[in-house]
Amino acid sequence: MFNTTSIRADFPILQRKVNGKPLVYLDNAATSQKPQVVIDAIVEYYSNYNANIHRGVHALSQEATDKYEEARQKIQQHFNITKAHEVIFTSGTTHAINMVANGFASLLRKGDEVIVSALEHHSNIVPWQMLCEKTGAKLLVIPMTQEGTLDMKAYAEMLSDKTKLVFVNHISNALGTINPIETIISKAHQVDAAVLIDGAQACSHIKPDLQALNVDFYVTSAHKMCGPTGVGMLYGKEEWLKKLPPYQGGGEMIAEVTFEKTTYADLPHKFEAGTPNICGGIAFGVAIDYLNHIGFKAIEAHEHELLTYATKELLKIPGTRIYGTGKEKTSVISFNLENIHSYDVGTILDKLGIAVRTGHHCAQPIMNYFNIPGTVRASFAFYNTKEEVDVLISGIKKAKQMLS
Amino acid sequence: MKDIQNIQQDLIEEFSLFDDWMERYEHMISLGKSLPLIDPSLKTEDKLIKGCQSKVWLHSEMEDGKVLFTADSDAIITKGIVAILVRVFSNQSPEAIVKADTDFIDEIGLKEHLSPTRANGLVSMLKQMKLYAVAYQAQLNQ
Repeated sequence: MFNTTSIRADFPILQRKVNGKPLVYLDNAATSQKPQVVIDAIVEYYSNYNANIHRGVHALSQEATDKYEEARQKIQQHFNITKAHEVIFTSGTTHAINMVANGFASLLRKGDEVIVSALEHHSNIVPWQMLCEKTGAKLLVIPMTQEGTLDMKAYAEMLSDKTKLVFVNHISNALGTINPIETIISKAHQVDAAVLIDGAQACSHIKPDLQALNVDFYVTSAHKMCGPTGVGMLYGKEEWLKKLPPYQGGGEMIAEVTFEKTTYADLPHKFEAGTPNICGGIAFGVAIDYLNHIGFKAIEAHEHELLTYATKELLKIPGTRIYGTGKEKTSVISFNLENIHSYDVGTILDKLGIAVRTGHHCAQPIMNYFNIPGTVRASFAFYNTKEEVDVLISGIKKAKQMLS
Repeated sequence: MKDIQNIQQDLIEEFSLFDDWMERYEHMISLGKSLPLIDPSLKTEDKLIKGCQSKVWLHSEMEDGKVLFTADSDAIITKGIVAILVRVFSNQSPEAIVKADTDFIDEIGLKEHLSPTRANGLVSMLKQMKLYAVAYQAQLNQ
């Protein structure tokens, strides 16, 4: 039996009140809350062994370096990555995507094609648009269906020997749709195209096996996985990481520097210029341990139960429309009440202590497709409860009554 | 016609009658329904004040030395606040609008909606009303 009471006790923020009401935090797709162990790891780092890593001969530097590299190994194991140096620490998903896009700028030619999906977050659209502008490559978009899923037939027809790269999110942040990335990857590989999967929305819900997926690049952020903000991961197959030029120049990423020529350091340091987010990296490792301690099977089962229950209850309210109704989805419900603006619903819910997201969720192409300015998005984590779903539902009813 | 300060005082008294936020919001929503609506033909891109989430259209014209504002919003709570701002600033001289402060928003308990970090475009709307007034003032002084 999944014990949400003891799990909730791990999260100090869940005990607080907002606008005089107990906080009901349903904006987990934006960022997750942090358990005490992660907060403690941050405090402990700065209290006990703060030092710059990889360079110092002194004890603190060694200790910090060991912990940081230990975190890299935890990430490696968690995602079943072949080699630890295929894990590059980044400041987050957006940074990781930009590193790859920037790297491909030197590999793409005019006439090459890159494919994105219609379900992307702006951060997985704009860097590729910039890349295409720079290189003259053409950007193609996999269309979406009314259910908020990808049109896989159209995707298959889009692939050709011109296709060099495919970028798709594992799970849509705006709708919660789980994309069939196994098929997307294998089909792209049939035409020798590389694939980048944006896992920002996925990794708090499921545990991807990157070797089994055989994906070329996979990126994610720690802060959606109970870790701190400002740190994330770029996984790249060794062969690709060796092929791509470094993103930033600076300390740590060099082997030797003279004014005539600099040789770059080996992986992963080639992509980790400057002093990294040491504390963040270490806390990311702790967050991964915490999630595995709860267990992803249990997390998935509990979140699925919340999703099913919330969907059923929400649809009982007349005039509700849910966006993203594909079979495969995570615990995200994007919806609108007939003739009521999402901003208004979000404002009333906030007054009731309920945190949801409203607006276009940085995915304007999806909103344009449905011809709406935005949606209300409730996203559930493993620490949410059925009782909180009830609070949400009665809040929505209240909002509807006030706003109609 | 009452001056800006009097209207602000009226609003503060009106809102002090309500015990809780829900009644205040309901009142604000009903004020939104009485907003002098912008002529639909004027709901064009150049009248649009862009907030991140809700849209606000604002139109101004000058009549007998007074600035007249009409407006609309696609979100009903935003529209309520827009109505309050129009009630305070419309039909006033440019000079009075330029000089007026907006502390009353705080006093009626709606401060959160006029925070610069709130993505509803209301701060921009207030700024735009003042800018119109400055422009009309310059016209009058020519």
